[in-house]
Amino acid sequence: MTFRIGPRTSQIIAYTILLLMTVIVVIVLFFIIFYILKNGIGQLTLEFLTDKTREMGKEGGIFPSILGTIFITVFAILIATPLGVGSAVYLVEYTRGGMIRRIISFGADCLAGVPSIIFGLFGFIFFVITMNLGWSIVSGGLTLAVMIMPTIIRTSEEAIKSVPHTYREISYSLGGGKLDTIVRVVLPTALPGILTGVILGIGRAVGETAAVIFTAGSSLGLPTSVFSSTRTLAVHFYILAREGISMPKAYGTAAVLIIIILAINFIAYRLMHRFIARYY
Amino acid sequence: MAKISIRELNLYYNDHQALKSINLDVENKEIMAVIGPANSGKSSLLRALNRLYEIDYARITGKILLDGKDIFEIPINDLRRRIGIVFATPVVLPGSIRKNLSYGPKLHRRIGKSEVDDLVYNALTSANLWDEVKDRLEDSAARLSGGQQQRLCIARALAMQPEVILMDEPCSGLDPVSTAKIEATMLELKKDYTFILVTNNTKQAARVSDRTAFFLLGELIEIGKTQKLFTSPTDTRTDDYIRGRFG
Repeated sequence: MTFRIGPRTSQIIAYTILLLMTVIVVIVLFFIIFYILKNGIGQLTLEFLTDKTREMGKEGGIFPSILGTIFITVFAILIATPLGVGSAVYLVEYTRGGMIRRIISFGADCLAGVPSIIFGLFGFIFFVITMNLGWSIVSGGLTLAVMIMPTIIRTSEEAIKSVPHTYREISYSLGGGKLDTIVRVVLPTALPGILTGVILGIGRAVGETAAVIFTAGSSLGLPTSVFSSTRTLAVHFYILAREGISMPKAYGTAAVLIIIILAINFIAYRLMHRFIARYY
Repeated sequence: MAKISIRELNLYYNDHQALKSINLDVENKEIMAVIGPANSGKSSLLRALNRLYEIDYARITGKILLDGKDIFEIPINDLRRRIGIVFATPVVLPGSIRKNLSYGPKLHRRIGKSEVDDLVYNALTSANLWDEVKDRLEDSAARLSGGQQQRLCIARALAMQPEVILMDEPCSGLDPVSTAKIEATMLELKKDYTFILVTNNTKQAARVSDRTAFFLLGELIEIGKTQKLFTSPTDTRTDDYIRGRFG
């Protein structure tokens, strides 16, 4: 007689394994957040958040890096979102599937997988040197924009594709043109999905080190214009830790970074739910 | 003069011919029912009339006249304003009831708030929906029941002040009570609008229509007064279909 596992037992085993996997994922995530906050939270004083950085980061605060992070990220998002969403609209609404769309989608997928340091190198050669923008918020922002564009294109593309065809039919049947239909029906419906892509992009941009260290530099001064060199929180953290300047300050910076990312996600999801609740 | 005249109309999806030399006149302010089994070309006929077939990449030959004028000489957004359509599944756009109704008119012209109020009131009243939704015009249209959503779709078509309303199996997913409400609405609206009603429900055709056309595999088999077509059809295929021998 062969040994058989009953359906009830196999159910229990499957359930246990899946639960265990989930628990592991959640534990790892919480451990990282907890560990960094535990080590960094002691540093989080008003002075640390609002003061200039002194002695390469050994003393003082991280205000310039907070500003640098915000400027570069906002710059990158402002460039990447319209371009990314625009290409996604073109791909879904104006190409009938076909070769062009497949090639561009494939290209975007490949681009999304390219290591960020390659983007950094590209940004350094193209924006910093060739276009003579120097180490600056512009160069860093443009580089990050190029880096997060594939993510925004792909998520927007999926979001736009999943808008029911019948919505478009209704719009056309009411006398709407293609552009009316896209602007008034397709994009609002796809907005939650598009936002997800933008949030993912922000997350990648905020946490990026390699691509910005080559393009925005690591200046500690307060940025005075978009052509100032600046240092993002991630770069600041990297330098503090890598060069052994100050581990407590490094953890403090990491804690701020993590809190910012959590806050962005939290706010974005709240906005999205409010939007969905209003429209569905 | 007929409201709509169709002459030698053929419609093709790639290689498949969905309509075969159709000749048909629809009189002003009548309800014409179009019946026939699946694949008979009923929906294709409707989609030809307001040129909605173009988004399916289909093509047609022949002539369609609206009030004696070739529909290809009428600007497409104007044509689609004059010929409204209600689909089989009620599809409401994301957004409020009010927004669903104002979407179409706003595509065509600028309209102020008070005009939208009038338009919403008139359309919902005509579609027999006003009393049920008057207190929640700003609520999401998706929260209405299926029958209410379909009446909202009718109201949305009415808000365009069309001349002809195409109904593509408007009651196929609805319960008998909702169906009765929609049929009553159509009979009331008949004094102002011309209806072409595609239906799988022969009893519905018999209840509401003035004339009935029977389609089979893309051909118009027979057309006549509804009463006559249902009691003494001339073609045996019509007889077979309405007696439920096939389809």
